[in-house]
Amino acid sequence: MTHLIIFLFFGALCLAGAVNLLVQRHPINSALSLVVVMGSLAVEYLLLGAEFVAAVQVIVYAGAVMVLFVFVIMLLNAGEEVRTKGSRVAMLFGIPGMLVGSALVGWVLIERTGSQTVAAGALPGAPRTIGWLLFHNFLLPFEVTSILVLIAIMGAVVLASHPDTDSGKKKS
Amino acid sequence: MVPISYYLVLSGILFACGVTGFLIKRNIISIFMSIELMLNGVNLSFVAFAAQWHALSGQIFVFFVMVVAAAEAAVGLAIIIAVYRTRETLNIDQVDLLKL
Repeated sequence: MTHLIIFLFFGALCLAGAVNLLVQRHPINSALSLVVVMGSLAVEYLLLGAEFVAAVQVIVYAGAVMVLFVFVIMLLNAGEEVRTKGSRVAMLFGIPGMLVGSALVGWVLIERTGSQTVAAGALPGAPRTIGWLLFHNFLLPFEVTSILVLIAIMGAVVLASHPDTDSGKKKS
Repeated sequence: MVPISYYLVLSGILFACGVTGFLIKRNIISIFMSIELMLNGVNLSFVAFAAQWHALSGQIFVFFVMVVAAAEAAVGLAIIIAVYRTRETLNIDQVDLLKL
């Protein structure tokens, strides 16, 4: 019962953050509501027993990635967005289509997965077991990921560096 | 005890919110945040299925998705800075030329 109450509370918080992200016009408000979404998702992961994923969610997503977002919003001095009017046909067919589609997906999910329940902490996702799997069964993907991150760092430095300073270096 | 379908429905709604934001937002940074929202929805369904099938590989996969998302955020924000530097706008309706 407590499990269900915690799930419903943080699920509602999560959805409120997601809807607020859509409604807000200033990017900084959207970014802060995304932090709320990620924090409440970390609690949902804890309910499912994924301790390591919850910790990484808070550290990497709610911490590092969102700091990067807020930093870029501040750096570019992003103001309120200007909304353009969408076409009427898209509104006419898009909203009923989206409702029908999501109702269909929800029905299939509930019908197919049945009433199978999951207890709090059903699967031990402790850092110890995750780390063991990561360095034994998934060693090659782990190393490939490290190369990917290295390439991403170099790409970010090259893309964000000022073109004038680059050409200045080449000339000298 | 919470049915596994509740988690899946929550992740589906999060993904739908991300798609909607991707389509209706006009600020390039907000669009990028909607993509992060979609990735989070998918991650939740991964963890829910991992708990359902008692397979830890699902949680490992979430770890890889997070690493790729972090790399994507770094490169994407660098591209946004480059776009702002050349066009001086963040509105994607004004970023419609391949070459200046």
